[in-house]
Amino acid sequence: MKTLYDKIWDAHIVHEETGKPALLYVDLHLIHEVTTPQAFAGLRLANRKVRRPDLTFATLDHAIPTIDRNLPFNDKIAEKQVEALRKNCEEFGIKLFDLDRIEQGIIHVFGPEQGLVQPGQTIVCGDSHTSTHGAFGALAFGIGTSEVEHVFATQTLPQSRSKNMLIKVEGELPFGVTAKDVILAIINEIGTDGATGYVIEYAGAVFENLSMEGRMTVCNMSIEAGARAGLIAPDEKTFEYLKDKPFVPKGKNWEKAVEYWQTLKTDDDAKFDKVVEIEAETLAPFVTWGTSPGMSVKVSENVPDLTDAKNETERKSFERAFEYMALNPAQKVEEIEIDRAFIGSCTNSRIEDLREAAKVIKGYKINEKVSAMIVPGSMQIKKQAEEEGLAQIFVDAGFEWRDAGCSMCLAMNEDILQSGERCASTSNRNFEGRQGRGGRTHLVSPSMAAAAAIAGHFVDVRNWKFND
Amino acid sequence: MNNFIKHKGLVVPLYRANIDTDQIIPKQFLKSIERTGFGQFLFYDWRFDENGVEKTDFVLNQPRYKNASILLTGKNFGCGSSREHAPWSLEDFGFRVVIASAFADIFYNNCLKVGILPVVLDEEVIAESVRKAETVEDYQLTIDLENCKIFDEHGFETAFSIDDFRRYCLLNGLDDIGLTLQYETEIADFENTRPGWKNFARGT
Ligand code: SF4
Repeated sequence: MKTLYDKIWDAHIVHEETGKPALLYVDLHLIHEVTTPQAFAGLRLANRKVRRPDLTFATLDHAIPTIDRNLPFNDKIAEKQVEALRKNCEEFGIKLFDLDRIEQGIIHVFGPEQGLVQPGQTIVCGDSHTSTHGAFGALAFGIGTSEVEHVFATQTLPQSRSKNMLIKVEGELPFGVTAKDVILAIINEIGTDGATGYVIEYAGAVFENLSMEGRMTVCNMSIEAGARAGLIAPDEKTFEYLKDKPFVPKGKNWEKAVEYWQTLKTDDDAKFDKVVEIEAETLAPFVTWGTSPGMSVKVSENVPDLTDAKNETERKSFERAFEYMALNPAQKVEEIEIDRAFIGSCTNSRIEDLREAAKVIKGYKINEKVSAMIVPGSMQIKKQAEEEGLAQIFVDAGFEWRDAGCSMCLAMNEDILQSGERCASTSNRNFEGRQGRGGRTHLVSPSMAAAAAIAGHFVDVRNWKFND
Repeated sequence: MNNFIKHKGLVVPLYRANIDTDQIIPKQFLKSIERTGFGQFLFYDWRFDENGVEKTDFVLNQPRYKNASILLTGKNFGCGSSREHAPWSLEDFGFRVVIASAFADIFYNNCLKVGILPVVLDEEVIAESVRKAETVEDYQLTIDLENCKIFDEHGFETAFSIDDFRRYCLLNGLDDIGLTLQYETEIADFENTRPGWKNFARGT
């Protein structure tokens, strides 16, 4: 009796012997400009080739500007890194979706959109948010640059098996509560190292009812709970999403594929090493207040008091976080004023996220003290949002409407917070300095970020007056 | 890869939980396409102020901890981004060992590739070592990977565990690409026996 994780694992063992990690085959290797140059250099040094360039796909996302990006970059070092990826892809025969392509986007948005990501695969990328692709029932995880080089050279990776964790959320999500809030609540519950050593399978009515976009949002942040990967069993919705995508099997092969994909679910009596259950009805929109994704509260609540800390270590980290975030213990969340809003990142930059934001924004203008930007996850999403009229709603309200990229999720390009600025952000990390040195990040859902941009402070989107 | 057998060195305590890779090396330094030279940027925002001047109160800048090669830290060290630049910068700065009660998964693997030894010890043991590193001048620990032991000169000794195979690779400084390529035939067999549609990436 096997879990979904066990099934995918077993189907990819190339070599196994006791006392050693198993050698797993890698079906898809996604790459970007930041974590690969040293791996290519290593190959060259050892006179090795990329074993399966046809299973390796590249795009540019982390360091690129999101405006005027087809002009020479202002940042010459970033430009050099981008140039290096172009040269490496050419030399090693890898397909690159460059800045002039409609497919270009954040690597974890691009992969599913092109149908490269499919159920039952093993997928790696030199990027921790590779966990996103678990939404399709694929075993997907982030690796370091040495491992990238290993996959280049061998199309395999030595891996030790993780433990199985089941996270079950049954019931129906209350109005205004999104996939982002579900995963923030989970991390709050189990802690940022709560799933270290585990692969999480998300199951229950809530995940079944989520769209593929919502499932990706959830799996994306599995890494923020320390998990090796997150998984959701594929179903009709998954197949529907994938059908006719460019890199998905066609015709007879499609039928064979679906037949196999339908077997990819945990057996009824399979055992999990750990089970966590949450009731959907207890959830609400969440806002992080601190410098770790687990430091979050419901928008209607106050940030914690120092006396809420479970022990001395936690009290110290609360104090440090309050100081960095310039907040007072027990302060009301809805009174926290923001300077910036960022809607984007591989967590929340897909078409559904933009639709959700547009619903809130429609007919409003952003607060005069706030500057805000929306950065679509791919150029294809950008185009779709323009066709659906969402972009006009954003621009009319005063949002900047950018080209696809990671942008202020990690602020490696010019999209960056100034020291002391406070941002409502739909990204995934609120670490110190993540969006710019001294910048203060609060993680929220797209509708919560949109509402905060308009109100100038956090508001409970459950009470929002929609203009529809 | 560097091998690691035994190491004795000065211990610096940076005792906070959840230190993420954005703190270990901030993103603006990830644009380099080289593998070396990252040590100068280690813990950049904590070591330097806005004008690039060293902050004297930060523990790594205190004269007594200069030349430390063992980092003693809080749980979930290395969480966040997969950037291998984090262990590269630790190694380039002079660290050979990091001790914590728990490490983030990807960071742990990356350390082993770089030849840094991540040692997992109980929280109470760490808290006690932190106290010693703060109070005893020139506090040193010895880490013996062959025997999986860690000890000081004041009577403290404890065992730690590490996966046998990883230990073996580290002791011998083995390049695991070379090891994997021994299974070349098995890799090819695996590829050749799959149904065609699983060699998917063609959209046909
Ligand atoms: S959007 Fe952010 S989290 Fe996602 S890949 Fe880019 S930098 Fe990483």
